[in-house]
Amino acid sequence: MSQVGILDYGMGNLRSVAKALRMAGVEPVIIGRPEEVQGCERLIVPGVGAFTQAMQHLTDSGMGAALEQARQAGRPILGICLGMQLMCRSSQEDAPDDAPHAGLGWIDAQVRRFPGSPGFKVPHMGWDDVRPAQAGHPLLQGIADGSDFYFVHSYYVDCADPGDVLLSGDYDVPYCAAFAHANVAGAQFHPEKSQQVGLRLLKNFLAWNPC
Amino acid sequence: MLKKRLIAVLILRDGQVVQSVRFKHTNVIHYDPVHAVECFNKWAVDEIVMLNVSPSADSRQGFLDAVGSISEQCFVPLSAGGWITDMDYARSLLSNGADKLVINTLLADDPELVTALSRRFGRQCIVASMDVKRDESGAIEAMVDRGRRASGMSPVAWAQRAETLGAGEIFFNSVDHDGARKGYDLDTLRDVCAAVSVPVIAFGGVFTWDHLVAGLQAGADAVAVANQFHYTEHSSRKAKRHLVQSGIAVRREE
Repeated sequence: MSQVGILDYGMGNLRSVAKALRMAGVEPVIIGRPEEVQGCERLIVPGVGAFTQAMQHLTDSGMGAALEQARQAGRPILGICLGMQLMCRSSQEDAPDDAPHAGLGWIDAQVRRFPGSPGFKVPHMGWDDVRPAQAGHPLLQGIADGSDFYFVHSYYVDCADPGDVLLSGDYDVPYCAAFAHANVAGAQFHPEKSQQVGLRLLKNFLAWNPC
Repeated sequence: MLKKRLIAVLILRDGQVVQSVRFKHTNVIHYDPVHAVECFNKWAVDEIVMLNVSPSADSRQGFLDAVGSISEQCFVPLSAGGWITDMDYARSLLSNGADKLVINTLLADDPELVTALSRRFGRQCIVASMDVKRDESGAIEAMVDRGRRASGMSPVAWAQRAETLGAGEIFFNSVDHDGARKGYDLDTLRDVCAAVSVPVIAFGGVFTWDHLVAGLQAGADAVAVANQFHYTEHSSRKAKRHLVQSGIAVRREE
């Protein structure tokens, strides 16, 4: 029960996350079936792709239910990029404004589309700096104010409770770059593609003992 | 603030890193591409692009292996391209560690597949590479097939078409400027940057670090360097420092 599992639900580059975790000092397992979730002490939900497809896959495969059990059991779970957005209450991705798609609902947050004003190309892609929104959180240890992380996303997380926000960024609109609530955390950027500071965040997650 | 990116390009012919001069690849720089990545200071580079310019499609498996070994060393985004002609090979590149696909000839020969790749993997995954060339009359057009075949379209029309087909980024190169050490083709670059709404990466011709600044001032979101990164010690770090001193917002090393 000391394993770190990376959820494989057919979206995104698992290999990058796996090798970054190896660099951070653990040998992760890739898990594709719900029963494998139970054997993991920590879980990472990566993901690149469309919100509705990913939610559909989580539901159909039974992975969503297995994740929910792990969350209730207090196991640390980290969502990366789309994985973070899936943890939110709902998303406007490919949805009419008044009828957003439901997410896992672990964090009281909405996923919204960037307005795409002149000078702010969508997707928000590249290295951008973030500010800590709270002091002393174990996930933020060793991460300097103004650190640059690598982002690729067209939608952003808007937290209802500012107390959940760990790191905030600004791109046309203020957005949540990382959140944490109880044993659930999410990063909008790709720590596995963000060099040293990204590896630092992953190490912090591996050492994190919430609750 | 979103940073301007500095990108290192590895040009591979049959598994070896080669110098590119007007799209001729006769000089081998490194026999082992992993060694090349270690050589330019990878910590200063924001992204890596690997291009397979081998004359034969037989090179595809070897290139796939090279992408795999580079990706083990690389904790920044990695783009890969060359000889992408089908969905399966595209998927193999991604599962071997590439984050983005660089496509060129496919835009001319199978535009439907470009759109299918964009739908399958997302627009952010598709980098449309364009190689421009001036003919004797001075007219400039986009080329495909490693600069050998004319597309019949102007650079601006070509770039806009690529964006419409689903590209999330444009990788701009010039056959005439490649290896010519006189900086990017700024006039054409400026036109392309003004014509599309996706990020543009400037490539081809960098010799001094001021060339990078000129590319960014022409409107590029990222500047790419190949040959010049291999010949001087800590060159990518020096390039980064020059950008900082020129007042450009770039990712700083901790």
